[in-house]
Amino acid sequence: MSLAKSPWIIHVNVNSCNGCDIEVVACLTPLYDAERFGVLNIGTPKQADIMVVTGSVNYKSVNVLKNIYNQIPDPKVVLAVGACASTGGIFHDCYNVIGGVDQVIPVDAYVPGCCPRPEAILDGVVAALSILEEKKKGNIKGKEVKLKGNEVPSNA
Amino acid sequence: MNNILLAVLVLIGAPIIGCLASGVDRKITARLQGRVGPPLLQPYYDVKKLLSKDNMVVNASQNFYAVVYLVFIILSLLMLVFEQDFLMIIFVYTVASVALIVGGMSTGSPYARVGSSREIMAILSYEPVLILYALAIYLLTGTFKLSALLDKSSPLLMYTPLIFIAMIVVLNIKLKKSPFDYSTSHHGHQELVKGMTTEYSGPGFATIEIAHFYEYVFLTGLIFLFWASNPIIGVLIGIIAYLLVIVIDNITARVYWQWMLKLSWSVLLIISIVNIAFLYVSGAQLA
Repeated sequence: MSLAKSPWIIHVNVNSCNGCDIEVVACLTPLYDAERFGVLNIGTPKQADIMVVTGSVNYKSVNVLKNIYNQIPDPKVVLAVGACASTGGIFHDCYNVIGGVDQVIPVDAYVPGCCPRPEAILDGVVAALSILEEKKKGNIKGKEVKLKGNEVPSNA
Repeated sequence: MNNILLAVLVLIGAPIIGCLASGVDRKITARLQGRVGPPLLQPYYDVKKLLSKDNMVVNASQNFYAVVYLVFIILSLLMLVFEQDFLMIIFVYTVASVALIVGGMSTGSPYARVGSSREIMAILSYEPVLILYALAIYLLTGTFKLSALLDKSSPLLMYTPLIFIAMIVVLNIKLKKSPFDYSTSHHGHQELVKGMTTEYSGPGFATIEIAHFYEYVFLTGLIFLFWASNPIIGVLIGIIAYLLVIVIDNITARVYWQWMLKLSWSVLLIISIVNIAFLYVSGAQLA
């Protein structure tokens, strides 16, 4: 129960248009007040439990994303917020875009929408909490994602 | 036997009080911002969660410094409860602060380093005021031993009102509340990230949080000494000072560390010295 009562999130922006980021920040405002669930936007991956990713992954940001994922101590869950983070969105066939976050790191929950409403993001965080508890119970560790050099797109 | 019982009581009771104080802080902060806020026991849930997380460190000695910080905070609190030498308490307390700084420096993260060097500036600015507080106690009772102060029947506050004002600001600096929250902040999404504690995770960070609970009690204990002759009024003054610090935290923005140094070395130091000079010239003794 202890994990579900104090989920600390780290918000990672990988090439987002800032639409989803505004909505993530809106969750922390007095109107939605995510802190009533114990949610804190913690800023450092070393103390985070939930990784909230916005935006589609591109070749510039892929290593940053992997690095931050590796730095979060277990148990951890990844929440993909928005259409871009879930599938690549309208940017899916851009020459520099790899696709959704799940192409790079394992994603546990998706929040669809362009951009998703704050209620939907909060709902996603609450859904992620039960996955977090299951991971703790089953002692499931996130695999370390290997960093590569500057990857070159196959269609370049 | 009685002493051991008291020590155990302090070891168990202080973190509970500190945890509730921290919860009240978050609740009041939320209400002042028009939010519902987390449950009162949220700091307890946080610590419980941190203890169940993986221990991820960047070097072998990092968590050792966190434990040193905890041990010396507990030691200074116990020395305060057992009415030991006040000067010694200040020095033991400084060792605890230094352990946290060295721990932050050892991680090599730029945020931790910036936070640590700012905390050194904080020590530089509040330490003279604490020493003058100790000096005032010496002038009034003839000894640095707190047991002599607690035997007196008249309150210290009547003779040291200016040092009391200075101590409120010291409380603000030491609790790392705004406008002096620049070494480590509760708001991790800002430019400093988490300052000194950026690289701590899981149990190591939980140790620091528990040490903070003890520190809350220790620092309000220093305020309690101003009216130690009547424990009820003493505790009341401690609580009022703590609530005042929370309100100041919410109505001010973070300042440069230079501003704090100027404030403490000009205003706080001068009013403390005026207070000391008055005590010295009048030759007043605590009844």
